Amino acid sequence: MYKILQKQALNPTVTKMVIEAPLVAKKAMPGQFIIFRASEDGERVPLTIADYDREAGTVTIIFQIVGGATMELNALNEGDSLVDFVGPLGTPSKLEGLKKVAVVGGGVGCAIAYPTAKRLHELGAEVHSIVGFRNKDLVILEDEFAAVSDKMVMMTDDGSYGEKGLVTNALEKLINEGNQYDEVIAIGPLVMMKFVCKVTEKYGIKTTVSMNPIMIDGTGMCGGCRLTVGGQTKFACVDGPDFDGHQVDFDEAMHRGAMYRDFEAHAREAACNLLKKEVE
Amino acid sequence: MPNMDPKKCPMPVQEPDVRNKNFSEVALGYTYEMAVNEAKRCLHCKNKPCVSGCPVGIDIPAFIERVANEDLEGAYEVLSASSALPAVCGRVCPQENQCEGKCVRGIKTEPVGIGRLERFVADWHREHTTEKPKMPVSNGHKVAVIGSGPSGLTAAGDLAKAGYKVTVYEALHTAGGVLVYGIPEFRLPKEIVRKEIEGLKEIGVDIETNVVVGKTITIDELFEMGNEAVFIGSGAGLPRFMGIPGESLNGVYSANEFLTRINLMKAYKENAKTPIQHAKNVAVVGGGNVAMDAARCAKRLGAENVYIVYRRGMEELPARKEEVEHAEEEGIIFKTLSNPIEVLGDENGYVKGMVCQEMELGEPDASGRRRPVAKEGCTFTLDVDCMIMSIGTSPNPLIRSTTPGLETNKHGCIITNGDDGLTTREGVYAGGDAVTGAATVILAMGAGKHAAKAIDEYIKSKE
Repeated sequence: MYKILQKQALNPTVTKMVIEAPLVAKKAMPGQFIIFRASEDGERVPLTIADYDREAGTVTIIFQIVGGATMELNALNEGDSLVDFVGPLGTPSKLEGLKKVAVVGGGVGCAIAYPTAKRLHELGAEVHSIVGFRNKDLVILEDEFAAVSDKMVMMTDDGSYGEKGLVTNALEKLINEGNQYDEVIAIGPLVMMKFVCKVTEKYGIKTTVSMNPIMIDGTGMCGGCRLTVGGQTKFACVDGPDFDGHQVDFDEAMHRGAMYRDFEAHAREAACNLLKKEVE
Repeated sequence: MPNMDPKKCPMPVQEPDVRNKNFSEVALGYTYEMAVNEAKRCLHCKNKPCVSGCPVGIDIPAFIERVANEDLEGAYEVLSASSALPAVCGRVCPQENQCEGKCVRGIKTEPVGIGRLERFVADWHREHTTEKPKMPVSNGHKVAVIGSGPSGLTAAGDLAKAGYKVTVYEALHTAGGVLVYGIPEFRLPKEIVRKEIEGLKEIGVDIETNVVVGKTITIDELFEMGNEAVFIGSGAGLPRFMGIPGESLNGVYSANEFLTRINLMKAYKENAKTPIQHAKNVAVVGGGNVAMDAARCAKRLGAENVYIVYRRGMEELPARKEEVEHAEEEGIIFKTLSNPIEVLGDENGYVKGMVCQEMELGEPDASGRRRPVAKEGCTFTLDVDCMIMSIGTSPNPLIRSTTPGLETNKHGCIITNGDDGLTTREGVYAGGDAVTGAATVILAMGAGKHAAKAIDEYIKSKE
C-alpha cells in the first residue's frame, strides 16, 4: 500500500498528492511516469511524475480530475493509501548539455513541465518558461516556475491573468526577439503541442514533446500506447514518453486518445453519483 | 484388466450456444466415476513413452495407476512432485503433441485422457484437502525470480521446496503473468491460478507485485540484496503489428491489450471500470492459441460475426486442436488462406473494414510448413469494426537494456547455454518466452524447472 502523505487542491479540478513510495522515489527522473490504482477494482492510470524526494522516499503527482479513476483518486485523503503505485516507467528526459531552453507548459501539463524546468535550472541552463491556462482560476505552480526560470511568461486564453493569448504567440514573440533556443520542450494538451511544433518547425528548432496516450500495463506488453513517430510505430511506455515533436503524428494521437471518451463520461457520472450518495 | 474402450471418455462441456455468451469455464471436468474408468485405460507400458513427451517429466503411469486404485491424494503427490501447477497444465497443455501424442493407446485408437485426468486430480485435491503444505527446512540461501508467470512460479516452487528463500518480483498488480492477463476465465478460471499461487506462498515464497525489474530495481541490486542467483522469467513483450496501413485506427487492438482489458482488468463484467469495445464484427489476425482466445472473448462480448484471419490453411493452424474445435463450435468463422493488407477507417478514425489478400500454399519453408503465397489479383473486403492483431510478440527490452553482461540475440531473446537456462552473466538464469519468444505455458514451466535445478547445483557448488 502506498500512503498519501499530503493532499492539496491546486485549483478546482487539479490536485497535488505526495505519495510514500520509496522504491519509485529512489529511481525517478524527470520525464518518467508511474501507474496507480486507487482501489482494488480500479483502473490502471498513468501519471507523469511531478516531483520526487529520494531521502524522504516520496513521489509527487499532480492530476486533473477527468474521469472515474481520477475522481476516485481525488476522493482519497491524507492518511489513506493507494493499492498500487508502480514505476518509474518510461525513459527519462534527455536534458544534459542544453544551454538555453524554452519550456512550454499548458494547463495541467505544467505539472510535468515544472520538474523539467527545475532540472534544467539545476543543470545550469538558461530557462524561459511559457505557461498557459484557460483563465486565472486554473493557474497552477506559478511561484514554482518563477523560481527556476530566467524568464517567465504567463498566458491566459481570456486575458484574465498575465497576457491574453496562446503559448504559441508568446513563444514566437520570444524567438522573434532574438532568443536562440537549443531546444523547445512542450508539455500540455495534444493540440497545444501540435501547434508549438508547427511554430518551431518554421524556425528549425528541435522540439521535444511528452506524450500521454491510453495505456494499461506501462511496461511494453499491451501495445495500447502506440503512436506513429516518423512513420514508425512506437510505444510511449518504453520508447517514450518523450518524442521528437516534429516527427509525431498528432492527429492520429488525438483520434486514439478519444477512443473511450463516451465510456469515460459515463464513468465520471457514475463516480459523481456514488460520491453524492456518500455525502447524503 | 484394463478398460479397452477405444475412445477416451469425452469431457463434459457447456453447450456451445450457451457458453459463447458467458465467461464461465467451458470444460466442466470428469466425474469421479469417469476419472477412475478412464484411468483404467492405461496399459502401464514398461518404457513409459508418455513421460518422455512431458516437458516437466511427470511420472504419468504412476499417477494414473493411483487414480485407477481410487487413491487420489496419492495421485496428487505424484503430480506435485514434478509440476508446480497441475490444475493449470491439465487445462492448457497441448497434450496431443506431448504426453497423449506418445501414448501407445493412441496408435490404433484414442490415447488415454492424460490431461483430463491431471485436471481431475488437481481439482479433487484443491476441493478436498484441508492440510497445509509443510514449510521446507531453510538452507539459508536467497534467490530472486523475475516474473510470476508459469516459468517464474515453477522455478520459485522448486527452489522453495529445496529450502531456498525465494522472492518473486511481478510488474503488474496481480501475480500469475499470462495465466491472469492472457488466458481467459472460460479456459482457466482465475480462482484456480490464485489458489496455486497461495500454495507457493504457504511454502514460503514471497511475491512482490508492482516491481518492474529494469526500472524499479536492477538485477545488480538484486545481487546486492543478498540473492545468490536470479531467474528471469519476464515473458514475451511488445506486440507485433503487420506494418499495414490503418493499424493505428481506433478499434485495432493487439491481442495482448484486448485480453488484458478483459482478463486482468475484468472488462467483461458489467460494472468494470476498464472500457472495452463491444464490436459487432471482429477480425482476429493470427492462428495461435492467443488468437483463439481473443476470438472467443470477442464472441462472448456479443459480436455477431467473429473471423479468424490466417494466411495458411486449417491444417497449419498453430493453436491447440481442442481450442480450434471449441472455437468452431462456438461459431467463430475461419477465413484461412487470407492475409490482411489494409485496415479501412471511417471519417472519425474508427475501423470500418479490412482488405485481405487471398493466399495459396506453395513450397515448404524453413519451418517445414508450406509457404503461403499471394494469389495475384484476388482480394476481398471484410466488413468489420474491430481488428485484433495476434501475430506474436517481441521480447521486452527493459531488462536487457539495464543489465550489463546479459546478451540477447538479434530478435532480443535472452541467450542461454541451452537446457539449464544459464545466461551470459554468472548467476543469472532465464527461461520461458523471454528466451524462446512466444511459446506455451508448459514449455515455460519446463524451462523454470530445469533452471531451478541448475541454480541449486550452482549455489551448492560455491559452498
